[in-house]
Amino acid sequence: MATRVRTRSTRLTRLDRAFRNVKVQDLVIKAVTTLILAVGAVVILIPLIFMISTSLKDRNQLRRSPPPLLPIEQVTVEVNGKEEPLYRVTVEGKSRRMALIKNIPGGKGLFVDPANPDQTVELTVADQTPLQHWEMHWENYPVALTSVPFDRYLLNTLIVTFVGMAGMLLSCSMVAYGFSRFRAPWLNVLFMILLSTIMLPSQVRLIPIYVFFQKLGWVDTLLPLIVPQFFANAYDVFMLRQFFMTIPLEMDDAARIDGASPWQILLYVILPQARPAVVAVAIFHFLWAWNDFYEPLIFLHSRENWTVAVGLQTFDALYSVNTHLIMAASVVMILPPIVLFFLSQRIFTQGVVVSGVKG
Amino acid sequence: MSQREAAWAYFFISPWILGFIFFTVGPMLASLYYSFTRYNIISSPQWTGLANYRDIVKDPLFWKSLQVTVYYASLALPLGLLFGFFLAILLNQKIPGVNVWRTVYFLPSVIAGVAVALLWIRIFNPKIGILNPSLAKFGIQGPGWLSDPQWAMPALVIMSLWGVGGGMIIYLAGLQGVPTALYDAAKVDGASLWQRFWYVTLPMMTPVIFYNLVMGLIGAFQYFTTVYVATGGSGSPARATLFYNLYLYQNAFKYFEMGYASTMAWILFVIVLVLTMLVFRSSQVWVYYEGQLRGRG
Repeated sequence: MATRVRTRSTRLTRLDRAFRNVKVQDLVIKAVTTLILAVGAVVILIPLIFMISTSLKDRNQLRRSPPPLLPIEQVTVEVNGKEEPLYRVTVEGKSRRMALIKNIPGGKGLFVDPANPDQTVELTVADQTPLQHWEMHWENYPVALTSVPFDRYLLNTLIVTFVGMAGMLLSCSMVAYGFSRFRAPWLNVLFMILLSTIMLPSQVRLIPIYVFFQKLGWVDTLLPLIVPQFFANAYDVFMLRQFFMTIPLEMDDAARIDGASPWQILLYVILPQARPAVVAVAIFHFLWAWNDFYEPLIFLHSRENWTVAVGLQTFDALYSVNTHLIMAASVVMILPPIVLFFLSQRIFTQGVVVSGVKG
Repeated sequence: MSQREAAWAYFFISPWILGFIFFTVGPMLASLYYSFTRYNIISSPQWTGLANYRDIVKDPLFWKSLQVTVYYASLALPLGLLFGFFLAILLNQKIPGVNVWRTVYFLPSVIAGVAVALLWIRIFNPKIGILNPSLAKFGIQGPGWLSDPQWAMPALVIMSLWGVGGGMIIYLAGLQGVPTALYDAAKVDGASLWQRFWYVTLPMMTPVIFYNLVMGLIGAFQYFTTVYVATGGSGSPARATLFYNLYLYQNAFKYFEMGYASTMAWILFVIVLVLTMLVFRSSQVWVYYEGQLRGRG
């Protein structure tokens, strides 16, 4: 009797230990994962921090080498008519604020009390803490945004983005509806052709399209960027169609019995059901149109027709020494996509829709 | 009924059909025609037969641009795949704050474009940038990056890796689609962590890897904005960054050699077609589609 009980208990502890080992292994994996991710996240974020901090610096801060990551400046104080850096120093166990007036070989420096400049103390510079303060030049933003007609660029970009988006949503949902809800000869073949155009490099169409718009007198207007959106594109049709396919056909049937036309079914049954996909497609279109550079560069020649992307590139080409102003304008340009991204994160990070890689 | 249904179908897909005719097939045929002409837009195209094609094989810049593009693809694609896949695996674990991490890693890919290029030019700048001073802390003397013909391309590859989140999110979605039952079965059979990765995760992910590979290849031949901004459209230094698409742009919209540029466009089309077909063909060997008997099965 007693032996049997003992065997059972050892077996239990062994199982228990094995369970704990799995748990330990799991914990170690999670810890290592988090560590790697944290290091990587810092690497990912540093360029953005550098961008924002550079946009807040003035020319003097820009000249510092190496550039500080944050817009922080050394506090200075006037000693005998010269600006000297101020340090928090420890003299005879007491903490005081003193200015460094001279560096002495051997890593030492001559410090004085600004209030009493005649009395000098020799200390190791590396042991003292330089006093620093944030120095942020917010005025860079208005300066950057008014030195080029940024409002005009912004207006053009918004027109191209949103009118194009309306055209894309209208045409693509129509086409996706046509491909997902009807039977007709050749429809499958046409869909395969549509899919194959995803792989088509745009250059092979671009030059004749340019010539065509040139003949129409549309070059140097926003029309070449907007009008083609009304003729659907393969990516968005594909994404919407995939989603439409998941909506039960019974819903269409019910609407049809109630006397709804195919148009009404699209508007009042399919689109409301497909809201997540429509929103995702719209967001991807916004990001693509907002960041697009190639076509605006080709089609828009005069300054008043430029989009933000082209305007920013030209701003840099003309005034590239004004790094702080260019970074300020760049921050303004990346702000709308970032805000939109945070508002709609779930769509991106939880894989609601993933094939939104537009070319 | 059926005829009416077909009529509705064609009505609804008509925007795409019109677009396909006027913005795809028509322009493609036109550009094929232009490729046999000399054409500067102002005067009408002059038929020159195969002259453009003969010139292009003798054009050292054409070969240079091809080489630059292939070099970029040979670095950026494998590295992007490696980093993207690795990150996706990490971000697929049940760790605290996983959504925050995903957000951080995906962030750079939503802001791609001119602003990002302008930022990285400055990061790489040996005078005002932060990269070389950071390397110096590890005792590494940083190169001139974008001003050094040898290092300009690695710099562009590093930039592309910053945006690896775009590929990562697709891998992540793929990983989430792998049925847990497969892992459970492998565990029951006593498969180790590595074996589960090698025999379950990797085969199940091959379609996604394949998709990213094809799109990445096409993307390399479309690469434009970053290099245009970083080099002012010149492909400097010493043409080390003269990408195919940049050289095509120069011919078309700087020199207005529309005929020659169309030739380049059609050669590009054929290259992409052949590459895609090669990848597709090879995919029968290494891509595993669930419910498919051939391939690995």
